[in-house]
Amino acid sequence: MKVPFSWLKQYVDIDVTAQELEDKLFGCGFEVEELIDLGGEISKVVVGVVTECVPQEGTHLHICKVDCGEYGHDIQISTGAPNVYAGMHTAAALDGSTLPGGIKIKAKPLMGVESNGMLCSGEELGLNDDLYPGSEVYGLLDLPKDTVPGTPIQEVVGLDDYIFDISITANRADCQSVLGIAREVSAVLNKPLKMPATDYTTSDFTDPRLSISVEATDLCPRYIGHYVRNITPGESPRWMKRQLALCGLRSISNVVDITNYVMLEIGQPMHAFDMDTLESCQILVRRAKDGEKITTLDEKEFTLTPNNLVICDGSKPVALAGVMGGLNSEIKDTTTQLLFESAKFARDNIRKTARGLGQNTDASSHYEKGISEYTTELGMARALHLIQELGCGEVTSTHFDCSAGAPREGKHFTARISGINAILGITVPTDAILDILNRLQFEVKLEADGDTMQVVAPRWREDIEVGEPDLAEEVIREYGYDHIVPTFLKAATVTSGGLTAEQRAQAKAKRTMCAQGFYEAETLAFYADADLDMLHIAADAPERNVIRILNPISSHLTIMRPLLAPSLLNVVVDNLRKGNAEGRLFELSNIYIPKQQPLTELPEERLHLGFAAWGKDEDFFAVKGAVESFGTAFGVELSVERATDVAWLHPGIAAYILCKGERVGVFGKLANDVTSELKLPKDSRANLNIYLGEIDWVAFHALVPAAVHYQPIPEFAPVQRDLALVAPESMECGTLVTEMQRACKQLTRVELFDIYRGEKLGADKKSMAFSLFFQPGDKALTPDEVDRFVKKILGNLKFKLGIEIRE
Amino acid sequence: MEEKIKELRAAIEQASAAVTDKAQLSDFWQKYLSKNGEVAGLTKSLRDVPKEDRPAVGKTINEFKQWAEKEYQTLSEQVEKAALAARNAAETVDITMPAKIRPHGVLHPITLVKNEIIDVFAGMGFEIYEGPEIEDDDHNFTRLNVPKNHPARDMQDTFYVADDIVLRTQTSGGQIRVMDMEKPPIKVLVPGRVFRSDSDATHSPMFHQMEGLVVDKGITLCDLQGMLDKFVQALFGPEVKTRLRPSYFPFTEPSVEVDVSCFECGGKGCPLCKHTGWIEVLGAGVVHHSVLENCGIDPNVYSGFAFGIGIERIAMLKYGINNIGLMFENDLRFLKQFED
Repeated sequence: MKVPFSWLKQYVDIDVTAQELEDKLFGCGFEVEELIDLGGEISKVVVGVVTECVPQEGTHLHICKVDCGEYGHDIQISTGAPNVYAGMHTAAALDGSTLPGGIKIKAKPLMGVESNGMLCSGEELGLNDDLYPGSEVYGLLDLPKDTVPGTPIQEVVGLDDYIFDISITANRADCQSVLGIAREVSAVLNKPLKMPATDYTTSDFTDPRLSISVEATDLCPRYIGHYVRNITPGESPRWMKRQLALCGLRSISNVVDITNYVMLEIGQPMHAFDMDTLESCQILVRRAKDGEKITTLDEKEFTLTPNNLVICDGSKPVALAGVMGGLNSEIKDTTTQLLFESAKFARDNIRKTARGLGQNTDASSHYEKGISEYTTELGMARALHLIQELGCGEVTSTHFDCSAGAPREGKHFTARISGINAILGITVPTDAILDILNRLQFEVKLEADGDTMQVVAPRWREDIEVGEPDLAEEVIREYGYDHIVPTFLKAATVTSGGLTAEQRAQAKAKRTMCAQGFYEAETLAFYADADLDMLHIAADAPERNVIRILNPISSHLTIMRPLLAPSLLNVVVDNLRKGNAEGRLFELSNIYIPKQQPLTELPEERLHLGFAAWGKDEDFFAVKGAVESFGTAFGVELSVERATDVAWLHPGIAAYILCKGERVGVFGKLANDVTSELKLPKDSRANLNIYLGEIDWVAFHALVPAAVHYQPIPEFAPVQRDLALVAPESMECGTLVTEMQRACKQLTRVELFDIYRGEKLGADKKSMAFSLFFQPGDKALTPDEVDRFVKKILGNLKFKLGIEIRE
Repeated sequence: MEEKIKELRAAIEQASAAVTDKAQLSDFWQKYLSKNGEVAGLTKSLRDVPKEDRPAVGKTINEFKQWAEKEYQTLSEQVEKAALAARNAAETVDITMPAKIRPHGVLHPITLVKNEIIDVFAGMGFEIYEGPEIEDDDHNFTRLNVPKNHPARDMQDTFYVADDIVLRTQTSGGQIRVMDMEKPPIKVLVPGRVFRSDSDATHSPMFHQMEGLVVDKGITLCDLQGMLDKFVQALFGPEVKTRLRPSYFPFTEPSVEVDVSCFECGGKGCPLCKHTGWIEVLGAGVVHHSVLENCGIDPNVYSGFAFGIGIERIAMLKYGINNIGLMFENDLRFLKQFED
């Protein structure tokens, strides 16, 4: 919201500098994002009077002597401008001066003649005709003869002004105007507010043919129309042009400028229809018919639906309500009579229309933020006043006011001084509270008890909803937040806090992974179907049943992830690209599982632990070690089961992770066909060594014992025997161990310590050497007993697997 | 006999000087001090001494024997010491060679900051609650006093997954879920992921927030500032303080923006605080009456405050990170810098 300092001064006698006002506004809730010093880029440019002007022979230049007052009465400056003449008052940029855009002017010879600066055009000073008349002439700025030489040029052309670019919070729609900000300035400076004039007189003329009706009162709670005739099109006055220009609008014609001016000043979007174009002199506010079309002022055609509100004449839409007028009823130079519209439209409807059609305008932006009916009334009155002030039309007596019946008074409520102070926690003196509320134009009556107040909020303050909390905010933002005295919950009950058992377990899971050399990663919770494709997830796999984002920000972020693995693989690839040749990463994050499609209830969010390890030192067993250690940290043994059917893992180097016999996850080497497609340089893909895994934390954690129970330490140490077994190459170590343990319950631990292959064993055979540990019970084991155990084990191996001891 | 002892003493002294290792030491013992050694031989030859001289000679022999044993003892210690020194020398390593490390990983800076904040508030008696990331319109907006046509919906660009189901735009919905489950006194912290359709150097479409809520009797704006002072001091150092300034959130009234005095320059003005001396760290306010009422809590009896902290923002300030994207890139060279 851009507000010129000079414009504000019309309503409030501001006796502080722009910088001081910026601080005051900041303190009461209006952050000035930028304080623009209009002439701030200009320095050492002053009024200069051309006392002598001699054409330089053979050039287009004039050599001038310029009187610049205190800067020198006889400064020689050459100019190429054709309109220079002796006696001209113009803008002289002196030696060492700067112009907008950081242009520096230095004394230097021009065509061989010393020129101690530059005489300027209006455009070189950043001016246009609206800001300062005559700025756009070809040549030098021709200033009035009463300007004093040596005066800084900013003061003469109105660049000694500031623009406040103020950020307005969403609740303060009433401050989307110069008047709105002026009300706040008046309150914060404690100076009276001088309201803009809104008085006007009407002629006796009425036009009985004209009619206005509102059909969609839900979308248009208030519609005021006024008929103005005998329009004399022409230019707007200089003050109006300048103020529009300061806010970035170009002057068009008096009538159009009035509508723009009222929007900036009062905050009410105004529209004017050319009466001659309105069929049957009729206005009807209704929802558009399905497929109905309108071409707006900017010559764009839109096809509408009943969700769009239109202003129609006797047969067709003539405006897209609250967004833009129709081309068919536009005000032109030839317009002689018009209908002013000042209305309130439902803000979410305007928002949806503006967004839906991609047609965002200043008007729609005001309506989306909210217009009060007070503003609607004030806007119309101000527009009619300006018509008369500018003398550009006859304000007739034909006036329409269609209202859905909203009250015309401000909201009333009862509040207590003590209630306000209880919210703030300090005691603001009653007088101060009353004074602040008065300054903000609340009507306040303090009752005899000295505490209870009857309060009426200003009509434009639609944000005031619940009484004491709202008033507390009004009071403290004016009284000053620096009056708050920090206290530490002096009245609150003591509570116990901290993490739940589940949250502590999650924290432990992260620490455990860190201890295994894994760095914690944090990836986005959404990716795209392409990321599932990357892992070769089948089209009919359960992971393909995903939650889709209806309005994604990018085509890479369209689905809520059903699996962490793609996210982690992307991170690995990214790291490899950056030259991080090895590493370990994990993430403990949710995956998302829809309960139905399309969603009608919240989906399941399930915590998964994903992990990745890559680099020359990694192999399946290194990662397996990390997995087993993870289980150990939680007091459970994690074992493996061959996984050949996981699309993204190598069918020969992958395993399901079992906890108490249940599958809780999977890990292994990235499948060769997935690896070969990774977006990495071709030669670097050949030697990639990437391991990925994912544990269902919820399933895992459910199997973890809640508490540790002490087991008595065995009295006797285990007895060790070593065995070498000859097995076919295809025999898995785990199969042998399982069969050995099955044969003897005293065999509590088996460790593989060597594998030997050699000619003596024969082709396709290997010898596996194990250390067997037998745990005695309540008495020591004799060598005979251990011999018997070994014999039993060997017997079982031979019977079940056909395995023999190596001779 | 005197003569014999003298000779033997000389022999032992000479032999002992020649002993340098354990084998020689053993030979030395065999020769002189064993059962059949030369010192024992002296005792045997006592038989040849006249009976009346025996006590005196015996004493002399005994003294000599003690001397020889002591000599052996000293010699033995010397040899042991020399052997140990030799072994140590042989085993000595070059301690400047590279260390063998099994590197451990570290937590992500978001987790570190999250844990730090949780620690501070857990100590003040806050429970930690985590609500759903995919949330219904009701919890994310409506019951937080943001009805369907409310302009505040435009403050946040919301991702939708169904008509009335969104990726939560704020952890504030946790307030509603907690107040549905518990009645005052309530002190709860709601950390979690939130999502908004926004992406640039300071915005990520997914980021983390930490919502705090206190509801009890007699809670005031002064309590809010007092608690936040403690919080920022725990995070940024004992000398920092907070500043409140008016703001707007639909679910608090009054609402404030909370700035912390710049911990880099102490408030004098520097690039970090954009020369203002203050850094915006969080939004807060007194819980709106409608929000309490929406959860069946009587606003005439109870009051409370709520605050929302952007975890990435705190992490970026704390570690001097200038681009939020780095947080989600997970470049190991980035992650390795955050040793706890």
